[in-house]
Amino acid sequence: MNVAAPNSGFLRGVYGGYMLLFFLYLAAPLIVAGVFAFNDSNFPALPWNGFTLKWFFGTESPKIGMFHDSRLLRGIGNSLYIGVIVSAMAVAVGTCNAFLFERKQFPFKGFFYILMIVPLVIPGVILGISILVFASMIANGADDAIGIELGMLRPGIPLVILGQFSFLTTITSLVIAARLRKFDTTLEDAALNLGATRFRVLSTITLPFLAPAMFSAFVVAFLVSFENFNTTLMLVGPDAPLTITMYDRMVKVGSTPVLNAVSFFLMVGSGVLALLSVLVNRRKTEE
Amino acid sequence: MLRTDTGRLSLILLFTPFALWILLLIVLPQIGIGYLSLQVKLAPRVYEFGLANYFEFLNEPIYWNTLLRTAWISVLVTVLALLVGFPVAYYIAKIARKRSRAALFLLCLIPLWVSDLVRAFGWILLLRETGVFSSLLQGAGLIGEPVELLYNDVTVVMGLVYTVVLFMIVPLVSTMDGMDNALIEAGYNLGGSRFTVLRRIVIPYAMPGIVAGCIIVFMLCAGSYLTPVLLGGKNSMWFTEQIYQQFITRYNWEAGATFGCVLLAFTSLAVWLGLKLTGQNLASTVAKD
Repeated sequence: MNVAAPNSGFLRGVYGGYMLLFFLYLAAPLIVAGVFAFNDSNFPALPWNGFTLKWFFGTESPKIGMFHDSRLLRGIGNSLYIGVIVSAMAVAVGTCNAFLFERKQFPFKGFFYILMIVPLVIPGVILGISILVFASMIANGADDAIGIELGMLRPGIPLVILGQFSFLTTITSLVIAARLRKFDTTLEDAALNLGATRFRVLSTITLPFLAPAMFSAFVVAFLVSFENFNTTLMLVGPDAPLTITMYDRMVKVGSTPVLNAVSFFLMVGSGVLALLSVLVNRRKTEE
Repeated sequence: MLRTDTGRLSLILLFTPFALWILLLIVLPQIGIGYLSLQVKLAPRVYEFGLANYFEFLNEPIYWNTLLRTAWISVLVTVLALLVGFPVAYYIAKIARKRSRAALFLLCLIPLWVSDLVRAFGWILLLRETGVFSSLLQGAGLIGEPVELLYNDVTVVMGLVYTVVLFMIVPLVSTMDGMDNALIEAGYNLGGSRFTVLRRIVIPYAMPGIVAGCIIVFMLCAGSYLTPVLLGGKNSMWFTEQIYQQFITRYNWEAGATFGCVLLAFTSLAVWLGLKLTGQNLASTVAKD
């Protein structure tokens, strides 16, 4: 008998019912957003007119599927491009940070550690505007002083990457540092005693140990980047990533089931990636 | 000698990316908006250094009313998220069996990986005039005409609780997971009622998780944009929306930067107060694992 649980059957039933309601609350909007992608109707609403895949693959107006909608496809392309670059950068710097804070001793370490956490507690909108302002200051300064136009510091994909990088790096640093903390340093000492160089120890022992954490950090960063809205909104230029394109469509054109198709695509995509990350980590830790 | 030299070199090599990142993307940009907020526009391209932007913020009731409203709704959402999330976290950590525990926890995390935009879109489809709830209620004969459930404060609060409740549950589960059931049993054996055990044993034990959850939820809520704008409509009066309007729609960057600084000062103050009052610190709260 679990002492933590209510002891009357009635109360246990009520508690179970509450849990069920809670999960319904969690699932309801996701189910609705996904299911109407398959409704053969021009509006994502009841009644149900039968199953269709036109909102994915359709080519005739008004039912142009997401895979034939050039703006949405460009949005997906931009999101992929931004996501891969920003995640690779965040994992690289995150790995350096993990070694810095787990292995090195230096003055004001506690203070710098807090600085490393800070990007997570700054609201995304503010990160966005502050980077926008700072980049414009540099660009204007360069323009006024030496007459060079630094286009990459104006709103656009490079700024979106920098904006997302600014807080994703905190996440990747924490994930990789947590794994590095579990590493048994006597393994490195043994290899060094056996005559390996520092570089060889790093590449054959320490980095392979960190690989699953680096992979998860990459996946997490990629997913967060793909779904980020607040920071991106402030820095976006003419090449908008998917979430911004979708938001524009929602606000300006109104909702059509093609947005449900995109939602479904996003949910399945993140589900698969998250699952992959869990599986990779499970296999590695079992070894 | 050689050892310390390579040690110093690797320290510098590791410190450089960290320093560039924090300095160029966090510290200097924050100083940048601070500086911009103190620039008062006199004429096109003519500026004066001063606090006039802040006075304008204080003199215009609609601005600080929006901030107060954002603050008040964020507090309300934090309290509601705690009330809704605590029983769920307790169930997962203490009542569910070992096997279903992991599954339930994972189930809780799924919406975390779905974009805010998709979640808000789902709520719109459920709640709008032609939405699912309205159609179902009409079908059941409970209402005669379509009913608009969007664009009111209750919906905004409900939607915000939905977006943030997971960030309350995760720290709560990880704190309560470590609690030994013997503590609860001892409480009952000593004659404590269900309520006393909850108040004197479970809640104090879960306190670090409660603080962490509340801080994260409050921050996310005060800084959120999509949920209040999409579920609240044009008149949602949300502070981040004001910042967006000043920056992008009106192109008044000085005012936008001022609002940004006000929001940052406000949320930092709230976090600092929360940590101070409960005796926790930032590193252990946000970066638990």
